[in-house]
Amino acid sequence: MTAPANNALAVQASNLTKVYGHGHMEVVAMHDVSLSVKHGELVALLGPSGSGKTTLLTALGLVNPPTTGRIAVDGKTVLDGKHALTNLRTLRRQRLGFVFQKANLIPFLTAVENVQLACEINDQPARIARERALELLGYLGVAERANNYPSMLSGGEQQRVAVARALANKPSLVLADEPTAALDGRLGRQVMELFRKVAHEQNAGVIVVTHDHRTLDVFDRVYEMEDGKLKLSPSVPAST
Amino acid sequence: MNLAVRDIRHNFGRFVLTTVGLGLLLMIVMGMGGIYRGLIYEATLLVDQVGADLWVVQGSTRGPFAEVSRIPANLEDRVRAVPGVAEARRFVSHTIQRENRGRPLRMVVQGLSWPEDKGDWLSLIAGRPLRQAHYEMIADRSLGLPLGEKVKLGKDTYEVVGLTRGMVGTSGDGLAFFTVSDAMAVQFDMPGEATRLERAARLSRLENLDFGRVTPLLAELVVGPASQLPALAPPLVSAVLVTLRDGANPAGVAATLATWPDVKVYSTQQQKDLLLSGMVDKAKRQLGLFRMLLIIISGIIMALIIYTLTLDKLHHIAMLKLMGARNGVIAGLIVQQALLMGVLGYALAYCFGRFVFPVFPRLVVIDTGDLISLGGIVLGISLLSSLLGLAKAMQVNPNETLA
Repeated sequence: MTAPANNALAVQASNLTKVYGHGHMEVVAMHDVSLSVKHGELVALLGPSGSGKTTLLTALGLVNPPTTGRIAVDGKTVLDGKHALTNLRTLRRQRLGFVFQKANLIPFLTAVENVQLACEINDQPARIARERALELLGYLGVAERANNYPSMLSGGEQQRVAVARALANKPSLVLADEPTAALDGRLGRQVMELFRKVAHEQNAGVIVVTHDHRTLDVFDRVYEMEDGKLKLSPSVPAST
Repeated sequence: MNLAVRDIRHNFGRFVLTTVGLGLLLMIVMGMGGIYRGLIYEATLLVDQVGADLWVVQGSTRGPFAEVSRIPANLEDRVRAVPGVAEARRFVSHTIQRENRGRPLRMVVQGLSWPEDKGDWLSLIAGRPLRQAHYEMIADRSLGLPLGEKVKLGKDTYEVVGLTRGMVGTSGDGLAFFTVSDAMAVQFDMPGEATRLERAARLSRLENLDFGRVTPLLAELVVGPASQLPALAPPLVSAVLVTLRDGANPAGVAATLATWPDVKVYSTQQQKDLLLSGMVDKAKRQLGLFRMLLIIISGIIMALIIYTLTLDKLHHIAMLKLMGARNGVIAGLIVQQALLMGVLGYALAYCFGRFVFPVFPRLVVIDTGDLISLGGIVLGISLLSSLLGLAKAMQVNPNETLA
């Protein structure tokens, strides 16, 4: 896999619509949503519950295809409506990283093994995968917890390991669904700053769904979703 | 990275308990096969050990292991006269239950055709073969009689002069070897009063006959031992065992004996077949069915265990799918655990069995062939049982991680 150019689009979603149900039971969760995120860019996605944020995130994550619309990753169209134009599982493995509200670490693996597993899933030899995992844990400041199981880590540490896991395969796009919801304000800010660092230093496009307005200043762009429609937030951070 | 091993390592206690439980279950399956093999071994042991080429039994019967067979003891003399016969022995075998030192003593009384047969062919673990025609016995160790023990059977007392190991009858009772005459004395022992009444009855019957009234010598004989009555048949035995000369044709000798209308001839293999198709067959089918049920139950239990273990990991499986893990990674986690559980359970069953089976009251024979086939079955049920978990895992939607 060749590294994408710094100014290339990590992801480009065009006219995404997602409709659940049929007839009278039809619910439009996402309506004509278009969004582009460049490599190295950190984007926030705001919106009330049920506004379609997670629907958009799962569509971009290639696990919940839109009813209509197209998604391109690194400039290549991979989804046209519900039709996959490539092996989405392989693409997720190679190009995408996920972080969630809960860290979702595998409890029977240590911190380093959780990260190493993501590398090995992507066919990296065990020794190189371990080196990469240790490097990432060091980068995210949890190297000393490498051999601890998730149950022995604090919430913030677990989330850092989850971020390390998301970065394991040098993804083009990192998708984070309310990653600070379970953390206190100080830790939440640390994690958001971590995402900024990841976006800028690891050259990944990062989309973060969040409710925390106090940390919006770290984002390059902020979008709001309401009733399935996406719009650029008027409260765009000064940095952009 | 082997996820199955890491999961086991992390949930070691649960895995050990589950595997031990499975091992105990498989030990019972293994034991059932062993009991069946033991049953066959014990049933055919005597036929094998006694070393006869042909068995001459009562005509129209299938021999002493299938039904009552009674032939005159002097038939052995007729058999010896047949060309090709090297040796003929009387075979007497019956089970008795008596009391010794206040405890029940159940044994198979086996007659040795003294003086030709002193029990030299028995593999003794202590003592010696018989050296005199009466009042000595060789006992199997399972009877619990020590060397030198004196056992009163009927009116006589017999001394244990030799000990064997693993010599049991078809019912699993230990064998005790006596001379044929002692074996018959034990079998036909009657209380003194019954003997007196029988002799009085004989005398009464004789006195009612003209023949009896004119032969006073006969009147003296009928009140004596039955063996001294010239008009009475010789004692009855169960069979006559025939050993052929080297190079003799067994079929030819059997054909000659088969022309005698009062007897029936079987080869040793035919005797064994009759034994197995008769008394052992039902036990074999019963144990076989029970074993099959246990295998099915083991399979169901394993499937449930693997399914439950998979349910516990559904969220992690969804996460793995979201990360783009191939199905092989997920299948490996489930199938490897099932196989490990099966293999370790099997190994534990074997180890437990080595300690437990010797304590069983009857012989448990663990046959290599049975071990291999059970190993194959365990592997099979391990794979089959993981299918249920695999099916569930394959249905997991990576979206569930976001739920």
